[in-house]
Amino acid sequence: MISQIGRSALQSINTSGRATLMLFFALFAWPKFIKNTPLVIKQIYVVGVQSLAIIVVSGLFIGMVLALQGYTILIDYGAENSLGPMVALALLRELGPVVTALLFAGRAGSALTAEIGLMKATEQLTSMEMMAVDPLKRVIAPRFWAGFYSMPILAFMFSAVGIYGGHLVGVEWLGVDAGNFWAVMQASVDLHDDVMNGFIKSVVFAFVVTWIAIFRGYDCVPTSEGISKATTQTVVHSSLAVLGLDFILTVFMFGE
Amino acid sequence: MTSRKVEFWVGLFIVAGVFAFLALAFKVADAGAVGPSETYKLHAKFDNIGGLKVRSPVKVGGVVVGRVANIELDRTDYVPVVTMDMYAQYNDFAETSSLSILTAGLLGEQYLGLEPGFVETCDEGEEDCFETEILTDGGFIEDTKSALVLEELIGQFLFSQSDDS
Repeated sequence: MISQIGRSALQSINTSGRATLMLFFALFAWPKFIKNTPLVIKQIYVVGVQSLAIIVVSGLFIGMVLALQGYTILIDYGAENSLGPMVALALLRELGPVVTALLFAGRAGSALTAEIGLMKATEQLTSMEMMAVDPLKRVIAPRFWAGFYSMPILAFMFSAVGIYGGHLVGVEWLGVDAGNFWAVMQASVDLHDDVMNGFIKSVVFAFVVTWIAIFRGYDCVPTSEGISKATTQTVVHSSLAVLGLDFILTVFMFGE
Repeated sequence: MTSRKVEFWVGLFIVAGVFAFLALAFKVADAGAVGPSETYKLHAKFDNIGGLKVRSPVKVGGVVVGRVANIELDRTDYVPVVTMDMYAQYNDFAETSSLSILTAGLLGEQYLGLEPGFVETCDEGEEDCFETEILTDGGFIEDTKSALVLEELIGQFLFSQSDDS
Protein backbone atom coordinates (compact mmCIF):
# COMPACT_ATOMS: atom_id res chain seq x y z
CA MET A 1 0.00 0.00 0.00
CA ILE A 2 2.73 2.42 0.99
CA SER A 3 4.68 1.56 -2.11
CA GLN A 4 1.55 2.38 -4.12
CA ILE A 5 1.40 5.88 -2.61
CA GLY A 6 5.08 6.26 -3.38
CA ARG A 7 4.58 5.12 -6.96
CA SER A 8 1.70 7.50 -7.62
CA ALA A 9 3.63 10.36 -6.04
CA LEU A 10 6.66 9.66 -8.20
CA GLN A 11 4.37 9.38 -11.21
CA SER A 12 2.74 12.74 -10.63
CA ILE A 13 6.11 14.43 -10.10
CA ASN A 14 7.31 12.79 -13.29
CA THR A 15 4.22 13.97 -15.18
CA SER A 16 4.52 17.56 -14.01
CA GLY A 17 8.18 17.53 -14.97
CA ARG A 18 7.37 16.33 -18.47
CA ALA A 19 4.58 18.88 -18.77
CA THR A 20 6.95 21.71 -17.81
CA LEU A 21 9.64 20.49 -20.21
CA MET A 22 7.13 20.25 -23.05
CA LEU A 23 5.87 23.77 -22.41
CA PHE A 24 9.41 25.08 -22.12
CA PHE A 25 10.57 23.57 -25.41
CA ALA A 26 7.37 24.54 -27.21
CA LEU A 27 7.44 28.17 -26.10
CA PHE A 28 11.10 28.97 -26.54
CA ALA A 29 10.84 28.71 -30.28
CA TRP A 30 11.44 32.38 -30.96
CA PRO A 31 13.39 32.14 -34.22
CA LYS A 32 10.54 30.26 -35.87
CA PHE A 33 7.83 32.31 -34.25
CA ILE A 34 7.25 34.78 -37.06
CA LYS A 35 7.21 32.01 -39.64
CA ASN A 36 4.61 30.23 -37.56
CA THR A 37 2.19 33.17 -37.36
CA PRO A 38 -0.13 31.74 -40.07
CA LEU A 39 -0.33 28.53 -38.03
CA VAL A 40 -1.31 30.50 -34.94
CA ILE A 41 -3.97 32.39 -36.89
CA LYS A 42 -5.43 29.15 -38.19
CA GLN A 43 -5.53 27.77 -34.66
CA ILE A 44 -7.16 30.94 -33.30
CA TYR A 45 -9.84 30.35 -35.90
CA VAL A 46 -10.34 26.75 -34.75
CA VAL A 47 -10.06 27.40 -31.03
CA GLY A 48 -11.44 30.90 -30.66
CA VAL A 49 -13.77 31.80 -33.51
CA GLN A 50 -15.54 28.48 -33.50
CA SER A 51 -16.09 28.69 -29.72
CA LEU A 52 -17.75 32.06 -30.18
CA ALA A 53 -21.30 30.74 -30.60
CA ILE A 54 -21.37 28.74 -27.36
CA ILE A 55 -19.70 31.57 -25.42
CA VAL A 56 -22.09 34.26 -26.66
CA VAL A 57 -25.23 32.16 -26.14
CA SER A 58 -24.14 31.04 -22.66
CA GLY A 59 -23.20 34.60 -21.72
CA LEU A 60 -26.57 35.91 -22.83
CA PHE A 61 -28.51 33.32 -20.87
CA ILE A 62 -26.37 33.57 -17.75
CA GLY A 63 -26.79 37.35 -17.74
CA MET A 64 -30.55 36.98 -18.18
CA VAL A 65 -30.85 34.40 -15.37
CA LEU A 66 -28.72 36.54 -13.06
CA ALA A 67 -30.96 39.54 -13.67
CA LEU A 68 -34.12 37.51 -13.11
CA GLN A 69 -32.91 35.84 -9.92
CA GLY A 70 -31.36 39.04 -8.59
CA TYR A 71 -34.52 41.00 -9.28
CA THR A 72 -36.81 38.64 -7.35
CA ILE A 73 -34.58 38.97 -4.27
CA LEU A 74 -33.68 42.66 -4.54
CA ILE A 75 -37.31 43.75 -5.05
CA ASP A 76 -38.08 42.56 -1.49
CA TYR A 77 -35.76 45.26 -0.18
CA GLY A 78 -36.77 47.85 -2.74
CA ALA A 79 -33.18 47.72 -3.95
CA GLU A 80 -33.85 46.76 -7.56
CA ASN A 81 -31.66 49.67 -8.65
CA SER A 82 -28.70 47.59 -7.47
CA LEU A 83 -29.49 45.02 -10.15
CA GLY A 84 -27.04 46.61 -12.60
CA PRO A 85 -23.97 46.44 -10.35
CA MET A 86 -24.96 42.98 -9.13
CA VAL A 87 -25.09 41.56 -12.64
CA ALA A 88 -22.00 43.43 -13.81
CA LEU A 89 -19.83 42.57 -10.82
CA ALA A 90 -20.86 38.91 -10.78
CA LEU A 91 -20.03 38.60 -14.48
CA LEU A 92 -16.82 40.62 -14.51
CA ARG A 93 -15.30 39.20 -11.36
CA GLU A 94 -16.36 35.57 -11.39
CA LEU A 95 -18.69 34.19 -13.99
CA GLY A 96 -17.06 35.72 -17.06
CA PRO A 97 -13.58 34.24 -16.56
CA VAL A 98 -14.67 31.03 -14.82
CA VAL A 99 -17.57 29.93 -17.01
CA THR A 100 -15.63 30.90 -20.13
CA ALA A 101 -12.74 28.73 -18.96
CA LEU A 102 -15.03 25.78 -18.19
CA LEU A 103 -16.81 26.04 -21.55
CA PHE A 104 -13.48 26.54 -23.29
CA ALA A 105 -12.09 23.40 -21.66
CA GLY A 106 -15.12 21.45 -22.83
CA ARG A 107 -15.39 22.93 -26.29
CA ALA A 108 -11.81 23.64 -27.36
CA GLY A 109 -9.58 21.91 -24.81
CA SER A 110 -11.03 18.46 -25.43
CA ALA A 111 -10.76 19.00 -29.20
CA LEU A 112 -7.10 20.01 -28.84
CA THR A 113 -6.34 16.91 -26.78
CA ALA A 114 -8.13 14.59 -29.19
CA GLU A 115 -6.46 16.15 -32.23
CA ILE A 116 -2.93 15.97 -30.82
CA GLY A 117 -3.58 12.52 -29.39
CA LEU A 118 -4.76 11.22 -32.73
CA MET A 119 -1.73 12.77 -34.42
CA LYS A 120 0.40 10.83 -31.99
CA ALA A 121 -1.57 7.59 -32.43
CA THR A 122 -1.32 7.75 -36.22
CA GLU A 123 2.38 8.56 -35.86
CA GLN A 124 2.14 11.94 -37.57
CA LEU A 125 4.25 13.48 -34.83
CA THR A 126 6.93 10.83 -35.31
CA SER A 127 6.97 11.34 -39.06
CA MET A 128 7.38 15.08 -38.52
CA GLU A 129 10.44 14.33 -36.44
CA MET A 130 11.70 12.12 -39.26
CA MET A 131 11.45 15.13 -41.58
CA ALA A 132 13.42 17.21 -39.07
CA VAL A 133 10.36 19.26 -38.18
CA ASP A 134 10.03 19.75 -34.46
CA PRO A 135 6.41 18.84 -33.63
CA LEU A 136 6.66 20.88 -30.43
CA LYS A 137 7.21 24.02 -32.49
CA ARG A 138 5.04 23.10 -35.43
CA VAL A 139 2.02 21.57 -33.65
CA ILE A 140 2.12 22.32 -29.94
CA ALA A 141 3.31 25.95 -29.81
CA PRO A 142 0.73 27.41 -32.26
CA ARG A 143 -2.09 25.66 -30.43
CA PHE A 144 -0.86 26.91 -27.08
CA TRP A 145 -0.61 30.53 -28.24
CA ALA A 146 -3.99 30.34 -29.95
CA GLY A 147 -5.69 29.19 -26.76
CA PHE A 148 -3.75 31.71 -24.69
CA TYR A 149 -4.85 34.62 -26.90
CA SER A 150 -8.40 33.46 -27.52
CA MET A 151 -9.69 32.88 -24.03
CA PRO A 152 -9.33 36.41 -22.57
CA ILE A 153 -11.07 37.75 -25.68
CA LEU A 154 -13.85 35.22 -25.22
CA ALA A 155 -14.14 36.13 -21.53
CA PHE A 156 -14.58 39.82 -22.38
CA MET A 157 -17.27 38.94 -24.89
CA PHE A 158 -18.97 36.68 -22.36
CA SER A 159 -19.13 39.47 -19.77
CA ALA A 160 -20.25 42.12 -22.25
CA VAL A 161 -22.98 39.94 -23.73
CA GLY A 162 -24.05 38.83 -20.25
CA ILE A 163 -24.45 42.42 -19.07
CA TYR A 164 -26.58 43.20 -22.11
CA GLY A 165 -28.58 40.04 -21.35
CA GLY A 166 -29.12 41.37 -17.84
CA HIS A 167 -30.18 44.68 -19.32
CA LEU A 168 -32.63 42.85 -21.57
CA VAL A 169 -34.38 41.10 -18.69
CA GLY A 170 -33.97 43.76 -16.01
CA VAL A 171 -34.84 46.86 -17.99
CA GLU A 172 -36.88 45.74 -20.98
CA TRP A 173 -38.88 43.04 -19.27
CA LEU A 174 -39.00 43.67 -15.50
CA GLY A 175 -39.04 47.44 -15.76
CA VAL A 176 -35.97 48.55 -13.80
CA ASP A 177 -35.20 52.12 -14.76
CA ALA A 178 -32.62 52.08 -17.57
CA GLY A 179 -30.82 55.20 -16.31
CA ASN A 180 -30.47 53.76 -12.83
CA PHE A 181 -29.38 50.39 -14.17
CA TRP A 182 -26.41 51.87 -16.03
CA ALA A 183 -25.60 54.77 -13.71
CA VAL A 184 -25.46 52.71 -10.51
CA MET A 185 -23.44 50.10 -12.39
CA GLN A 186 -20.98 52.72 -13.61
CA ALA A 187 -20.66 54.14 -10.11
CA SER A 188 -19.76 50.82 -8.54
CA VAL A 189 -17.71 49.06 -11.23
CA ASP A 190 -14.07 50.07 -11.30
CA LEU A 191 -11.88 49.62 -14.37
CA HIS A 192 -8.87 48.43 -12.44
CA ASP A 193 -10.47 46.50 -9.59
CA ASP A 194 -13.11 44.66 -11.56
CA VAL A 195 -12.42 44.66 -15.30
CA MET A 196 -8.66 44.24 -15.01
CA ASN A 197 -8.77 41.64 -12.25
CA GLY A 198 -11.24 39.64 -14.31
CA PHE A 199 -8.84 39.94 -17.24
CA ILE A 200 -5.92 38.68 -15.13
CA LYS A 201 -8.06 35.75 -14.03
CA SER A 202 -8.94 34.83 -17.60
CA VAL A 203 -5.28 35.05 -18.66
CA VAL A 204 -4.29 32.66 -15.86
CA PHE A 205 -7.11 30.27 -16.77
CA ALA A 206 -6.19 30.45 -20.45
CA PHE A 207 -2.63 29.46 -19.63
CA VAL A 208 -3.65 26.56 -17.39
CA VAL A 209 -6.47 25.14 -19.54
CA THR A 210 -4.51 25.26 -22.79
CA TRP A 211 -1.44 23.82 -21.13
CA ILE A 212 -3.38 20.89 -19.67
CA ALA A 213 -5.16 20.28 -22.98
CA ILE A 214 -2.06 20.14 -25.16
CA PHE A 215 -0.02 18.23 -22.61
CA ARG A 216 -2.72 15.56 -22.18
CA GLY A 217 -2.81 15.15 -25.94
CA TYR A 218 0.97 15.07 -26.33
CA ASP A 219 1.44 12.70 -23.41
CA CYS A 220 -1.43 10.29 -24.10
CA VAL A 221 -1.11 6.56 -24.62
CA PRO A 222 -1.36 6.30 -28.43
CA THR A 223 -4.37 4.04 -28.57
CA SER A 224 -8.05 4.80 -29.04
CA GLU A 225 -8.60 4.07 -25.35
CA GLY A 226 -5.68 6.28 -24.38
CA ILE A 227 -7.04 9.20 -26.40
CA SER A 228 -10.48 8.90 -24.84
CA LYS A 229 -8.93 8.80 -21.37
CA ALA A 230 -6.73 11.80 -22.16
CA THR A 231 -9.73 13.80 -23.40
CA THR A 232 -11.67 13.04 -20.23
CA GLN A 233 -8.67 13.97 -18.11
CA THR A 234 -8.35 17.29 -19.94
CA VAL A 235 -11.88 18.34 -19.09
CA VAL A 236 -11.78 17.07 -15.50
CA HIS A 237 -8.33 18.40 -14.63
CA SER A 238 -8.75 21.78 -16.26
CA SER A 239 -12.16 22.31 -14.65
CA LEU A 240 -10.78 21.47 -11.22
CA ALA A 241 -7.69 23.59 -11.82
CA VAL A 242 -9.83 26.55 -12.90
CA LEU A 243 -12.12 26.36 -9.88
CA GLY A 244 -9.23 25.91 -7.46
CA LEU A 245 -7.17 28.72 -8.97
CA ASP A 246 -10.23 30.93 -9.03
CA PHE A 247 -10.55 30.63 -5.27
CA ILE A 248 -6.88 31.44 -4.75
CA LEU A 249 -6.97 34.41 -7.14
CA THR A 250 -10.16 35.72 -5.55
CA VAL A 251 -8.58 35.58 -2.10
CA PHE A 252 -5.68 37.68 -3.36
CA MET A 253 -7.74 40.13 -5.42
CA PHE A 254 -10.88 40.69 -3.37
CA GLY A 255 -9.99 38.93 -0.11
CA GLU A 256 -9.65 41.95 2.14
CA MET B 1 -8.37 31.06 -50.53
CA THR B 2 -9.46 29.32 -47.37
CA SER B 3 -6.61 30.98 -45.52
CA ARG B 4 -7.99 34.43 -46.49
CA LYS B 5 -11.34 33.41 -45.04
CA VAL B 6 -9.70 32.19 -41.85
CA GLU B 7 -7.72 35.40 -41.56
CA PHE B 8 -10.88 37.44 -42.05
CA TRP B 9 -12.73 35.62 -39.30
CA VAL B 10 -9.79 35.81 -36.91
CA GLY B 11 -9.52 39.53 -37.60
CA LEU B 12 -13.23 39.95 -36.94
CA PHE B 13 -12.88 37.91 -33.75
CA ILE B 14 -10.10 40.12 -32.42
CA VAL B 15 -11.92 43.33 -33.37
CA ALA B 16 -15.05 42.07 -31.61
CA GLY B 17 -12.93 41.24 -28.55
CA VAL B 18 -11.52 44.77 -28.49
CA PHE B 19 -15.04 46.18 -28.81
CA ALA B 20 -16.21 44.00 -25.92
CA PHE B 21 -13.34 45.33 -23.80
CA LEU B 22 -14.12 48.92 -24.75
CA ALA B 23 -17.81 48.37 -23.96
CA LEU B 24 -16.86 47.01 -20.54
CA ALA B 25 -14.37 49.79 -19.90
CA PHE B 26 -16.51 52.74 -20.93
CA LYS B 27 -20.13 51.66 -20.74
CA VAL B 28 -19.87 49.47 -17.63
CA ALA B 29 -16.90 50.75 -15.66
CA ASP B 30 -17.27 54.30 -16.99
CA ALA B 31 -13.54 54.92 -17.17
CA GLY B 32 -13.98 58.14 -19.12
CA ALA B 33 -16.12 59.84 -16.50
CA VAL B 34 -13.47 61.11 -14.15
CA GLY B 35 -15.01 64.53 -14.62
CA PRO B 36 -13.39 67.75 -15.71
CA SER B 37 -9.64 67.58 -15.43
CA GLU B 38 -9.34 71.07 -13.94
CA THR B 39 -9.86 70.81 -10.21
CA TYR B 40 -9.02 72.64 -7.04
CA LYS B 41 -8.70 71.14 -3.58
CA LEU B 42 -10.80 71.82 -0.51
CA HIS B 43 -10.39 70.31 2.94
CA ALA B 44 -12.86 69.64 5.72
CA LYS B 45 -12.68 68.06 9.15
CA PHE B 46 -15.41 65.73 10.35
CA ASP B 47 -16.04 64.04 13.68
CA ASN B 48 -17.07 60.84 11.93
CA ILE B 49 -17.05 60.07 8.24
CA GLY B 50 -19.11 56.86 8.45
CA GLY B 51 -18.83 54.94 5.19
CA LEU B 52 -17.44 57.74 3.04
CA LYS B 53 -14.87 56.52 0.52
CA VAL B 54 -12.31 57.98 -1.84
CA ARG B 55 -14.05 58.85 -5.14
CA SER B 56 -17.38 59.41 -3.39
CA PRO B 57 -19.14 62.34 -5.05
CA VAL B 58 -19.60 65.84 -3.62
CA LYS B 59 -23.04 67.12 -4.55
CA VAL B 60 -24.89 70.41 -4.45
CA GLY B 61 -28.60 69.73 -4.68
CA GLY B 62 -27.90 66.43 -6.43
CA VAL B 63 -25.42 67.82 -8.96
CA VAL B 64 -21.92 66.37 -8.72
CA VAL B 65 -19.44 69.23 -8.25
CA GLY B 66 -16.42 67.23 -7.11
CA ARG B 67 -15.10 63.99 -5.70
CA VAL B 68 -13.41 62.92 -2.51
CA ALA B 69 -9.70 62.71 -3.27
CA ASN B 70 -8.23 61.60 0.03
CA ILE B 71 -9.25 60.71 3.59
CA GLU B 72 -6.70 60.99 6.39
CA LEU B 73 -6.61 61.15 10.13
CA ASP B 74 -5.31 64.42 11.50
CA ARG B 75 -2.50 63.40 13.86
CA THR B 76 -2.87 66.40 16.20
CA ASP B 77 -6.55 66.25 17.13
CA TYR B 78 -7.40 62.78 15.80
CA VAL B 79 -10.33 63.61 13.56
CA PRO B 80 -10.68 62.60 9.90
CA VAL B 81 -9.65 65.16 7.29
CA VAL B 82 -11.36 64.81 3.93
CA THR B 83 -9.70 66.32 0.86
CA MET B 84 -11.95 66.99 -2.12
CA ASP B 85 -11.16 67.60 -5.76
CA MET B 86 -13.69 70.24 -6.79
CA TYR B 87 -14.39 70.86 -10.47
CA ALA B 88 -12.87 74.17 -11.47
CA GLN B 89 -16.04 75.44 -13.14
CA TYR B 90 -17.72 75.57 -9.70
CA ASN B 91 -15.27 77.89 -8.00
CA ASP B 92 -17.53 80.34 -6.23
CA PHE B 93 -18.51 78.71 -2.96
CA ALA B 94 -18.39 81.03 0.02
CA GLU B 95 -16.49 80.07 3.15
CA THR B 96 -19.82 79.93 4.99
CA SER B 97 -20.76 76.81 2.99
CA SER B 98 -21.45 73.68 5.00
CA LEU B 99 -20.76 70.02 4.31
CA SER B 100 -22.74 67.06 5.56
CA ILE B 101 -22.39 63.34 4.96
CA LEU B 102 -25.60 62.01 3.43
CA THR B 103 -26.76 58.63 2.23
CA ALA B 104 -28.30 57.92 -1.17
CA GLY B 105 -31.48 56.07 -0.32
CA LEU B 106 -31.90 53.76 2.63
CA LEU B 107 -29.10 51.37 1.78
CA GLY B 108 -27.14 53.45 -0.70
CA GLU B 109 -23.63 54.78 -0.84
CA GLN B 110 -22.65 57.77 1.25
CA TYR B 111 -21.78 61.08 -0.38
CA LEU B 112 -20.94 64.62 0.65
CA GLY B 113 -23.72 67.17 0.44
CA LEU B 114 -22.46 70.73 0.04
CA GLU B 115 -24.79 73.52 1.11
CA PRO B 116 -23.61 76.79 -0.46
CA GLY B 117 -23.32 79.59 2.08
CA PHE B 118 -24.41 83.18 1.84
CA VAL B 119 -22.15 85.78 0.37
CA GLU B 120 -21.92 89.11 2.07
CA THR B 121 -20.24 92.09 0.58
CA CYS B 122 -19.68 95.28 2.45
CA ASP B 123 -20.49 98.71 1.23
CA GLU B 124 -17.76 101.21 1.71
CA GLY B 125 -17.75 102.88 5.06
CA GLU B 126 -20.21 100.40 6.56
CA GLU B 127 -19.42 99.38 10.13
CA ASP B 128 -19.68 95.97 11.86
CA CYS B 129 -19.44 94.18 8.58
CA PHE B 130 -17.44 91.04 7.84
CA GLU B 131 -16.93 90.29 4.22
CA THR B 132 -17.19 86.59 3.35
CA GLU B 133 -14.44 85.08 1.28
CA ILE B 134 -14.74 82.71 -1.63
CA LEU B 135 -13.12 79.32 -1.08
CA THR B 136 -10.02 78.77 -3.19
CA ASP B 137 -7.50 75.98 -3.61
CA GLY B 138 -6.50 74.53 -0.25
CA GLY B 139 -9.36 76.19 1.60
CA PHE B 140 -11.06 74.72 4.65
CA ILE B 141 -14.80 74.27 5.08
CA GLU B 142 -15.39 74.77 8.79
CA ASP B 143 -19.06 73.92 9.08
CA THR B 144 -19.41 70.15 8.82
CA LYS B 145 -21.97 67.63 9.99
CA SER B 146 -20.89 64.07 10.71
CA ALA B 147 -22.31 60.92 9.27
CA LEU B 148 -25.33 59.45 10.95
CA VAL B 149 -24.24 56.39 12.90
CA LEU B 150 -27.16 54.07 13.43
CA GLU B 151 -25.96 52.74 16.78
CA GLU B 152 -25.59 56.24 18.24
CA LEU B 153 -29.03 57.13 16.95
CA ILE B 154 -30.61 54.08 18.59
CA GLY B 155 -28.69 54.82 21.78
CA GLN B 156 -30.05 58.37 21.87
CA PHE B 157 -33.55 57.10 21.19
CA LEU B 158 -33.40 54.58 24.02
CA PHE B 159 -31.94 57.22 26.33
CA SER B 160 -34.78 59.66 25.61
CA GLN B 161 -37.33 56.86 26.10
CA SER B 162 -35.99 56.04 29.52
CA ASP B 163 -36.17 59.74 30.48
CA ASP B 164 -39.89 59.87 29.77
CA SER B 165 -40.94 57.02 32.00
